Amino acid sequence: MPVTQSLALTLPELILSLGSLVLLMVAAFAGDKATKAISWGAVALFAAAALALLGPAGHGGSAFDGLYQADSFSSFAKLLIYIAAAITLIVAPNFFERNGNVRAEYPILILLSGVGMGMMVSATDLLTLYVGLELQSLAAYVLASFMRRDTRSAEAGLKYFVLGALASGILLYGISLLYGFTGTTAFEGVAAAFGDGLGMGEMFGLVFVLAGLAFKISAVPFHMWTPDVYEGAPTPVTAFFATAPKVAAMALLTRVTIEAMGGATDAWRQIVIFAALASTILGGVAAIGQTNIKRLLAYSSINNVGFVLFGLAAGTQDGVAAVMTYLAVYVAMTVGSFLCVLQMRDESGQPVETIASLSGLSRTRPALAAAFAIFMFSLAGIPPLFGFWPKFLVFDALVGVGMWPLAMIGIATSVIGAFYYLKIVKTIYFDDPAPAFAPAESKLEGGLIALSALFVSPLGYLAIPALGAASMAAARALF
Amino acid sequence: MTGFPILTLMIALPVLAALACLFQNAQGARWTALLTTFVELALGIILWINFDPAGAQWQFVEHVDLFGRFSWALGIDGIALMLIVLSVFLMPICIGASWEAIEKRVPEYMAAFLLMEALMIGVFAAQDLFLFYIFFEAGLIPMYLIIGIWGGADRIYASYKFFLYTLLGSVLMLVAMLWMAQEAGTTDIPTLMAYDFPVEAQTWLFLAFFASFAVKMPMWPVHTWLPDAHVQAPTAGSVILAGVLLKMGGYGFIRFSLPMFPEASVQMFWLVMGLSMVAVVYTSLVALVQTDMKKLIAYSSVAHMAFVTIGLFAFSRQGLEGAMLVMLSHGLVSGALFLCVGVIYDRLHTREIERYGGLADNMPKYALFFMLFTMASVGLPGTSGFVGEFLSLVGAYQASSWVAFVATTGVILGACYMLYLYARVCYGKLDKADVAAMPDLSAREIALLLPIGLAVLWMGVYPESFLKPIRRDIGVVVARMEKTGFTGDAHVTAGKPVIPAAAAHEGAHH
Repeated sequence: MPVTQSLALTLPELILSLGSLVLLMVAAFAGDKATKAISWGAVALFAAAALALLGPAGHGGSAFDGLYQADSFSSFAKLLIYIAAAITLIVAPNFFERNGNVRAEYPILILLSGVGMGMMVSATDLLTLYVGLELQSLAAYVLASFMRRDTRSAEAGLKYFVLGALASGILLYGISLLYGFTGTTAFEGVAAAFGDGLGMGEMFGLVFVLAGLAFKISAVPFHMWTPDVYEGAPTPVTAFFATAPKVAAMALLTRVTIEAMGGATDAWRQIVIFAALASTILGGVAAIGQTNIKRLLAYSSINNVGFVLFGLAAGTQDGVAAVMTYLAVYVAMTVGSFLCVLQMRDESGQPVETIASLSGLSRTRPALAAAFAIFMFSLAGIPPLFGFWPKFLVFDALVGVGMWPLAMIGIATSVIGAFYYLKIVKTIYFDDPAPAFAPAESKLEGGLIALSALFVSPLGYLAIPALGAASMAAARALF
Repeated sequence: MTGFPILTLMIALPVLAALACLFQNAQGARWTALLTTFVELALGIILWINFDPAGAQWQFVEHVDLFGRFSWALGIDGIALMLIVLSVFLMPICIGASWEAIEKRVPEYMAAFLLMEALMIGVFAAQDLFLFYIFFEAGLIPMYLIIGIWGGADRIYASYKFFLYTLLGSVLMLVAMLWMAQEAGTTDIPTLMAYDFPVEAQTWLFLAFFASFAVKMPMWPVHTWLPDAHVQAPTAGSVILAGVLLKMGGYGFIRFSLPMFPEASVQMFWLVMGLSMVAVVYTSLVALVQTDMKKLIAYSSVAHMAFVTIGLFAFSRQGLEGAMLVMLSHGLVSGALFLCVGVIYDRLHTREIERYGGLADNMPKYALFFMLFTMASVGLPGTSGFVGEFLSLVGAYQASSWVAFVATTGVILGACYMLYLYARVCYGKLDKADVAAMPDLSAREIALLLPIGLAVLWMGVYPESFLKPIRRDIGVVVARMEKTGFTGDAHVTAGKPVIPAAAAHEGAHH
């Protein structure tokens, strides 16, 4: 295959990497005062990359001799990633301006991370996978400690880096084992080697690879970093961590398990089921005692990853489609929740993060309170909000392969999670008002909140036919 | 059928009105809510008038493939019709009961109630399995807010308990629904009602549905959320909780459990009957020792709902019709009793029975209404309570005379706790100054209680109006049950004709 054709298939990554280099130059010469313009430039680049998905980069097939795959699965994931990243770009300048941390590198780091995430979801080779993952992670470590004078932020960055490096090591060790025992790093080759029975070495490789990836999606028992990093990182960065990299890592995990390890479904299914159950239970129980809203949302994301893993555990096309729909709705709910958290500022404009400060929000800021409540009920999966639908699909997929006892247990764990979401609603609606937050500053943020609230409201059900078809097309690409 | 989508209108109208309420002041929201509920009532009456008991089984059918995996499918039979009429009948009364009692955050309150109305109608009208589930579950959100925001002192505990209890029951049902939809290849409720699921699967499916409906009903021993929720909820919240929400459990049994899993229902006969018998006796005894009026009525609700399950699981026409009538009657009577409690609570701000006494002297009109509803709750012939309980017990006797024996003691115990309550509140000396100062019913309160009183008498004197629409649909369920070959322990045989002997005897004397 000619290189030009391969380059055409990787057009979104090309746009993002070249664009980020240009913007880096702009940042170097124009300095921090150009941050807003650079941010909007980065948003435009993400939009251009998303548009590029309409061309051959959306469904063109294999590139670079099987290292990279452009199919409807990767397009679906990339679209989600670009949207989530763009939103975190749009809301960031306001946040950093208020605490005097405006730096022009922020949009560029997000762009580079976007390149890495694009590679992750398109990887069909263990090395592409690793390179993409590391590019994304390195950008993320810096982003976590972006407010360098803030000790919490610095701590978050350090913690993330040390634990992330450990996870990368585990992953790389698993990859080397797989390479050693199967003689290839291509997914196709690994799948062929797995097809004729699973040897001990291959088994170890599989376990290590899954453990490394479980860290990236913050599934229990590799979740310890999540609450600390989410709490310490600046809020727009936390919103980014909770959405785009999660989607990328989850899509990557899905592709690895289905495409490369499809022959050993029984082996990885046990691991996935354990991680799923542990995540939903621990994500539910540990969240109950939290007093910081960002930590709570961290546990909420652990909890939700557990439900996504249930869909993967089904291991069928329906299951993968459920995973994709779940990710789409999850991004909307999580972005919406963090946008609401961004609105939590005291009168001097400093961010507040305690759950107690939300008390009686329904009387001081009724619209914000309603949006917050919608996101919470939706994350809990209570119908008629749209957050119910992906949970429905996930358990439908499980029942479809006869795993209904697991579905029963899994869905029962969602009741544990419901408790702490209810607690937030209780704080907002039942308690006496705390001092009011500073008035909303940005119409844009308000509009984004309203938009995501509308998507997870019952009106979202009207999107089911389109979303279902897209998810199904994405899932079909893996089978 | 391509008629006017009246059911969609009945669901959409309160939702829109709820949104409108949020943008109004207190008085505007009150009037919007009242007006909307009256329009809903009018639509409900139109529905009843145009429902043809001899026509198609499912009427006012609508079907739009909106959601891909499931559809916006609505339609009602006689059973759903009666429950919808009950809901729209109670709603204006609820709004009226909250007119003065609710002072804070009125627009949100009215919005929550209107939302509740839309969801209740949706539950009874849904013809798609998952649409039903969504409506069924969605009701939790407004009710959680109603209890939590406008409830009593311990409202937060009660609202959590209400929400989590019912949620845990329902999610298990969802898994069963997913399995059923995959097995039968359809989510259409009428089709599923005629589908024969494998007998071994039915047991599990039945239990999953049972987990949900038993909590909603509520049956002993999962009834404990009810007294808490009732005591803490505002008056109108209690009315709607007892009047309509509890009926969702009974509706679930009659719409899903019995026709879809007939064999499993027969297997579980003793489980359901056992729990119901315990409920009738135990909760009646618990009601007897309550000192809080609302709690007493809440426990009496549990006992009355046990009559519903006893009637339903008699699997006979009398039992099922009786169960339906108990549901309708209990919806009216318990709603009215909660209103009666609300009337004196608004005046003295306590529900302690001991604080009252001798109200018959200074509140004669109130005592009259309270007496009527007490008698209806006891099941005095001529009131709605009698017809339903009698039919349920007749059905139960055919199924098992022991069940009928135990259940009948519930009627006696019911008379004990209700008359004891009435005696302590309305009779005795009027010796407390603040109680003596309480004014009699206002015109608004009479306007709330009178329609319920008339309906209670109507149902007691001429139940045919309410039996006619449901007769054929009960017949469908009974036909599903007959296939299982269930027979009760009452083997009625025709008596031996003794006329020849008697004639000979008489002849000898002449």
